[in-house]
Amino acid sequence: MTERISRLRKLSVETEPTLSIERALIETEFYKENWGKYPIPVLRSLNFMEICKKKTIYIGDDELIVGERGPKPKAVPTFPELTCHSVEDLEVLNSRELQRYTISREDIETYAKEVIPFWEGKTQRERIFSHVPDEWRAAYEAGLFTEFMEQRAPGHTALDGKIYQMGMLDFRHQIEQEIAKLDFLNDPEATDRQEQLTAMAISCDAVIMFAERHARLAEEMALEVEAEIKKLNAGEGFQNKSDENLNGKISGDISSESQDQSKLKQRVAELRKIAEVCRWVPANAPRTFHEALQMYWFVHLGTITELNGWDAMNPGHLDQHLAPFYEKEVEAGTLNRDEAKELLSCLWIKVNNHPAPPKVGITARESGTYNDFTNINIGGVRADGSDGVSEVSYIILEVVEELHILQPGSSIHISSRTPERFLKAGCTVISKGYGYPSIFNADAYIQELTRQGKSLKDAREGGCSGCIEVGAFGKEAYLLTGYLNVPKILEITLNNGVDPSTGKQVGLKIQPDSEKARVVSDSEKAGFTKDSETAGPAEWKSFEELYSAFVAQINYITDLKIRVSNYIDRMFAKYAPATFLSVVIDDCIKKGRDYYNGGPRYNTNYIQCTGLGTVTDSLAAIKWHVFDKRNFTMERLMKAVNSNFAADEILWHTIVNKTPFFGNDNDYADSIAVRVYEDLYSAIEGKPNTKGECFHLNMLSTTCHVYFGKVTGATPNGRRAGAAISDGTSPSQGADTHGPTAVIRSLGKLDQLKSGGTLLNLRFLPSLVKTESDIAKLASLVRSYFTLNGHHVQFNIVDTATLRDAQQRPAEYRDLLVRMAGYSDYFNDMNRDLQEEIISRTENGAI
Amino acid sequence: MSLIFDIKKYSINDGPGIRLTVFFKGCPLNCIWCHNPEGISPKKEKMHNRNKCIKCKSCVGHCPNSALAMEYDEIITDANLCVGCGQCTEACPTGALEISGAELSVDYIMKEIKKESFVFDQSEGGVTFCGGEPLMHRSLLMELLDKCGELRIHRAVDTSLYATESLVREIAQNCELILADMKHMDPAMHKKYTGESNELILSNIRMLANEGFTFTPRIPLIEGINADEQNITAAARFLASLPGFEERTVELLPYHNVAKGKHEKLYTNYNPDNIPMDKPSPETIARCIAIFDSYGIEATSR
Repeated sequence: MTERISRLRKLSVETEPTLSIERALIETEFYKENWGKYPIPVLRSLNFMEICKKKTIYIGDDELIVGERGPKPKAVPTFPELTCHSVEDLEVLNSRELQRYTISREDIETYAKEVIPFWEGKTQRERIFSHVPDEWRAAYEAGLFTEFMEQRAPGHTALDGKIYQMGMLDFRHQIEQEIAKLDFLNDPEATDRQEQLTAMAISCDAVIMFAERHARLAEEMALEVEAEIKKLNAGEGFQNKSDENLNGKISGDISSESQDQSKLKQRVAELRKIAEVCRWVPANAPRTFHEALQMYWFVHLGTITELNGWDAMNPGHLDQHLAPFYEKEVEAGTLNRDEAKELLSCLWIKVNNHPAPPKVGITARESGTYNDFTNINIGGVRADGSDGVSEVSYIILEVVEELHILQPGSSIHISSRTPERFLKAGCTVISKGYGYPSIFNADAYIQELTRQGKSLKDAREGGCSGCIEVGAFGKEAYLLTGYLNVPKILEITLNNGVDPSTGKQVGLKIQPDSEKARVVSDSEKAGFTKDSETAGPAEWKSFEELYSAFVAQINYITDLKIRVSNYIDRMFAKYAPATFLSVVIDDCIKKGRDYYNGGPRYNTNYIQCTGLGTVTDSLAAIKWHVFDKRNFTMERLMKAVNSNFAADEILWHTIVNKTPFFGNDNDYADSIAVRVYEDLYSAIEGKPNTKGECFHLNMLSTTCHVYFGKVTGATPNGRRAGAAISDGTSPSQGADTHGPTAVIRSLGKLDQLKSGGTLLNLRFLPSLVKTESDIAKLASLVRSYFTLNGHHVQFNIVDTATLRDAQQRPAEYRDLLVRMAGYSDYFNDMNRDLQEEIISRTENGAI
Repeated sequence: MSLIFDIKKYSINDGPGIRLTVFFKGCPLNCIWCHNPEGISPKKEKMHNRNKCIKCKSCVGHCPNSALAMEYDEIITDANLCVGCGQCTEACPTGALEISGAELSVDYIMKEIKKESFVFDQSEGGVTFCGGEPLMHRSLLMELLDKCGELRIHRAVDTSLYATESLVREIAQNCELILADMKHMDPAMHKKYTGESNELILSNIRMLANEGFTFTPRIPLIEGINADEQNITAAARFLASLPGFEERTVELLPYHNVAKGKHEKLYTNYNPDNIPMDKPSPETIARCIAIFDSYGIEATSR
């Protein structure tokens, strides 16, 4: 790590996140003045322009890549047009222990005076909550699902390579051509298109102007530094005279003086270079490695300034995009490997300077992290199917290892063509225990994407952004709409639609009959106050009856969720179009439509299902002990579950120790997992979204399995009330007792190619990856999983003793990064529940 | 009837690649440091994990021979009455009671092996048969070796080599790799710590080398027992005298004190004579490696 990077890293890591009200003030002022004057897309783009024009520009010492969303590193703006934080929210953010964002009293007062009154009743969040039906609200409040877009804009976007071949002026030119082509005579949407395209053109100008402001500041700073040098020269002249007098006795001082001077001169050159780069990109296509990185960074900043998309922004296959610049410049002698690495490190630090915008209310509990899920893809395949690994891939791995900072996340992408040495290089970084990179199966997700209807080329250019979700980079809006709490669905099934924690009817009432469970017809469907006769679980005569009831509840809850998701999609399309993001996503320009309004070539909605392990093990416990072995009756089981097992410890032990659980390559349990997975797939797959396309399934949890656990009572697999449910597609914590090969075999039984991503967490003791040969074996374990069409796997290489010690003495483990579910986080930034969840995962060890 | 006491997956220290290891129950030696004491007796043995036991007495009532009782707040088994039927383990809700050793069919074992073959393919791994002493179970072992051979699965046999030369030869002819344990070079010491002398073992190693079989010498390295310069030098000298020695890597397996808990479960005493045994220090390991090196033999250690 160079000294520059070490200083920048220190500043980035040690700066505490703050809230900045600058964006909100500019925006509020703008809306007061302009609301109603322009069509919405144009209003949004002018608002973006206004922010780019007025926001504080920051260029820090040592920086080579420039630009901050806030006025300084780690200063996070708010987005009151979506969710307006109340004074109380701001106070909580300022004072809470974890994920704290500090804000001054003065700023809170200004916010209360200038921002809050204007937005009251006008925010996107209020618009959404005024619409939702009671059934939805009841299910949402019970924790059956979450809703991503209630306070953050749809995101999860990654870019393809087009911004390295075209500048904003080129995009603008394309936009103008499309406007010229509009057919107002025959196209009823021509007016909408014109408004949208005009807004996109304004957004291009806004970002060019934003960059120009950086160029100017860099020049001013260069002049200041030059003035400083002059001053020093004057001083040195004086000293030189005294030097003569002293016969060179202070020559040491002089050389350090001139060292300072040469550093300052170097900084002048760097600032001039920054100015030159910012004047060229993003207006024009980048010509150099440096320009390419700055180009991306401006696009990244533009996107996260315009709106607060869930998952910041993602360069996608960064190594593939940069390789041509790197190779050209290295050959020409204008760049060497170390310089390229330093520039990349600068970008990494920039991403780390941008914590996620803070949320309010229930959502804050769903995901407690500063991480904003930029997940940089390394390796993979190129558009023509050839191997995507280059020297830049290896440099990025070095950057990841040396910096080991919270953001950005990184992942290696392995196809049958990926060289083994690249996989091993990735596994070597994993063995250090920072929780990244995670590992994706490129061959699998290309099939997943083509199954969804992407062309082969677009699928190959795709990958995984955020945690594990797949998308066609640069061509798709793939919106994650929220998590589904599958174990909670089983809980309400066992209580005939009632949430036992509140006694409220949140699901269907289902009457069993002798053949199979029958869903009570719509007219009979449970009202929320109606108290008709309910059938208790004791009346189920077979596992099949119970299971049919469970599937009926899954379908009911899923439909509730989709209905509101579709509503929210339209709210964003109408009131919060992403006019800048639309510029860089195909085919928004060609269609003259916004990113949120079907502009992209592909438009997907995902529902993320959580707790497959918990629900499988619960169903396995019921099937095995109640129906197959008749070890105990349903009444006894339910009594135990309802008492959180306090009433029947022997039953608890029997379940935990004597049930075939998922993750052990045991067909009894695994076949239940496959069945649940297939039924979730059927419930979600193909349901129409608002853009003429549809919903797909994916399986991930981020940290939501902890929140869902909190709101779910004891489950029949022996999980106690409030404990985390299982994450992604991983086995339940501690249930997998036959080692990692059995786990991947179990996971391999799911037809993962039908999903939009699955997630497998494995925890290894450091003793398992001690030697080079161990790492080679880890690499072949990964390859083995991928022969079964496994989508993703991630490793935590840390032992329980270390984690316990970190809980006891947090100060000594400030940089202990661990893998959560789809991203890494600082162990000390996690609340106790998250920490315990990590510790409860099965430790795979060897003697 | 041959008994298997464990089948372990993701085994990465017993041969090349990722392996599945089958543990045979029963061993002619009785090494005081044995990591798997439940592998010594060829009979089924009851194991009781006191940490898991919740003293619910479910087992007591389920024993058809009344061999179990709760005395002084402990579940105890009358060894004279227990026939190892395993009904108590069925009744035990926590898994604290287990029967070590099961009569597994060849089909069952082969099914487990086949499940893992996708990992063998990717890692160039395979199956390792160990124990106990797999050579005590010639018929089952040979059948498994044959079946694995038919499937072209790499086969390793981890053995004490305390067996007749003809049996060792037969096994060596039917596997790809022998993991050959060398516990001590001094016959008297060997007898003291393992119960038997080492002459047969060393002559089997010589035979393996002379006849060109592939084998890896392995030394369980125990401070206080065999990690001294004299023993390691003797081992190095012996190995250096064998044909093909320069192609062989000696694996040093540092001793861990893991067997203690297992002895407790078996109601047996760990190291009853309190012979001093310790984990070798990194310096000791380095010194041993250097000794082998001076004889032109590569040695590795985890």
